Amino acid sequence: MQDWKGHKTAFAAIAAAPMAWLIGFFIIPLAMVWLYSFGRNIGLTEIDISGTFANYARALEPLYLEIFGKSVAVAALTTLICLIIGFPIALAITFAPEKWRPWMLLAIMLPFWTNLLIRTYALITVLRTNGYVNMSLGWFWEQASGLKVLVGLAPLPTWEPLPLLYNNFAVVLGLVYVHLPFMVLPLYAALDRLDKSLIEASLDLGAGHFRTITQIVAPLAGAGIISGVIITFVPALGAYLTPDLMGGPDSQMIANVIERQFKRANDWPFGAALSFLLMYATFMLIALQALRTRKAEARR
Amino acid sequence: MSLLNRSPIAPLEYTRRLWMRAWIGATLFFLYAPLLVLIVFSFNDSKRNIVWRGFTFKYYGKVFENDTLVAALGNSLTIAFLATLVSIVLGTLAAVMLWRFRFPAKAGIEGALSLPIVVPEICMGVAMLVFFARLDWPSDLVWPLNLSAITIAHITFCFPFVTMVVRARLASFNKEQEEAARDLGASEWQTFRDVLLPHMKPGIIAGALLAFTLSLDDFVITFFTSGPNTITFPVKVYSMVRFSVTPEVNAASALLILLTIILTTVALKLQDFTKATA
Repeated sequence: MQDWKGHKTAFAAIAAAPMAWLIGFFIIPLAMVWLYSFGRNIGLTEIDISGTFANYARALEPLYLEIFGKSVAVAALTTLICLIIGFPIALAITFAPEKWRPWMLLAIMLPFWTNLLIRTYALITVLRTNGYVNMSLGWFWEQASGLKVLVGLAPLPTWEPLPLLYNNFAVVLGLVYVHLPFMVLPLYAALDRLDKSLIEASLDLGAGHFRTITQIVAPLAGAGIISGVIITFVPALGAYLTPDLMGGPDSQMIANVIERQFKRANDWPFGAALSFLLMYATFMLIALQALRTRKAEARR
Repeated sequence: MSLLNRSPIAPLEYTRRLWMRAWIGATLFFLYAPLLVLIVFSFNDSKRNIVWRGFTFKYYGKVFENDTLVAALGNSLTIAFLATLVSIVLGTLAAVMLWRFRFPAKAGIEGALSLPIVVPEICMGVAMLVFFARLDWPSDLVWPLNLSAITIAHITFCFPFVTMVVRARLASFNKEQEEAARDLGASEWQTFRDVLLPHMKPGIIAGALLAFTLSLDDFVITFFTSGPNTITFPVKVYSMVRFSVTPEVNAASALLILLTIILTTVALKLQDFTKATA
């Protein structure tokens, strides 16, 4: 590593362009939003940056606190389901034969490379009232009804399609669908590093698979599990598209409220305050994770 | 093969256990079935899109007759191309800067460079909206200059990914190679061009493909920076999806999935190629 003072021209030539871009097109736009969050609307497009905290106070009103709470709950539930689905998958990939492993990883990753909007749309087409899930369920219902008639019982009432879309269930399902790869990859990375002889020892000494996983694998892969949880939780918390397209009127998440302030409601200062609150929450989680890894490295 | 293999299942051979296979199968079904249904039904000769009525290409024809959709696809590809080009330059420079120099507030700058990766998309979209509105950025310029706002926003969130990938690649660089080149009389620029750059090449290629896909995929940030005349493909598909579920949307989506598969294959092939020549 060289000190920049000894190589000022080279340093300037290398650093100037990326630093200028970062400041000009990232830091300054964010700073503008930050300043707006302390302002108020005067007139239609004019914003007076008066240093008021009124926008933050308004964000603490029960209505918005409830939306914040709901976003956290939805993101947490999504993360939990991803963990439950993803953990056995990561475990299977870890212990799969060498030649299968890259293909299994690719199979998990490939949907991740597909456009988010298209994946959401694909899910909508199968879940809608006359989509495939409801059609298959209806078919099974009719068969069951026919079976009951056959043995001399009264037929089942007519099949009512399940409301699978435009509610909270759909939002969680959509978020799980989109975020599953985020969970599997860090889990796999953590499990792959494990000393397999410890697991074998535990199994040899008579512990069952479940007990081995909860008492040996989970504590050893703890850091990886936590990073998987954070990597899944953070984007789920700020999700915009899934609740917008798959949610109902009561499944608005924080990102949808922010969008509304900047488009329809035209209350930029309040939207700015909300988006900074979301950012602070994100940063806190990431800082927590960074702190943990640093501690873990120091211990080593 | 494994079906014929009748040796007892070892304790850790989870992939040979029935419940695990069922679990993996169910998960893959959950991940792929909706996408397969979407692709298959883009060939269905029925407007209602639920019962199979025969094979047709007519919705693909309709996609190409739909001028706004074609224009949107053109815009998306142009933006992705330009954003990738600038991102690899900026991203590589930033990676070299972090790898090579010690300078004041380095940890802070390093953190700031990874911010665009972690900031929630909605916050970044809002920031771009405020920024370009405040600057009165002209939106009625001739093509492709009218795409400048979107392209700038895309570069901002793409180049840190390039930095990340290239920096990981630089960790394996042997500094003695650089010193040898300098000893043998190469100038700073020659060393960079002939020694460091070839070493970084696989990283740059991987970063470029990542940037291209990210740019092509982005909806949220583009949604906040696009004007009425600068629609990208995801934004157009979004407005179509809001409106209704039609075979035409299926066909357009299937085309984009195909493009993604081609890009991923090229990426994997290129990586093999660079590995073989490295």
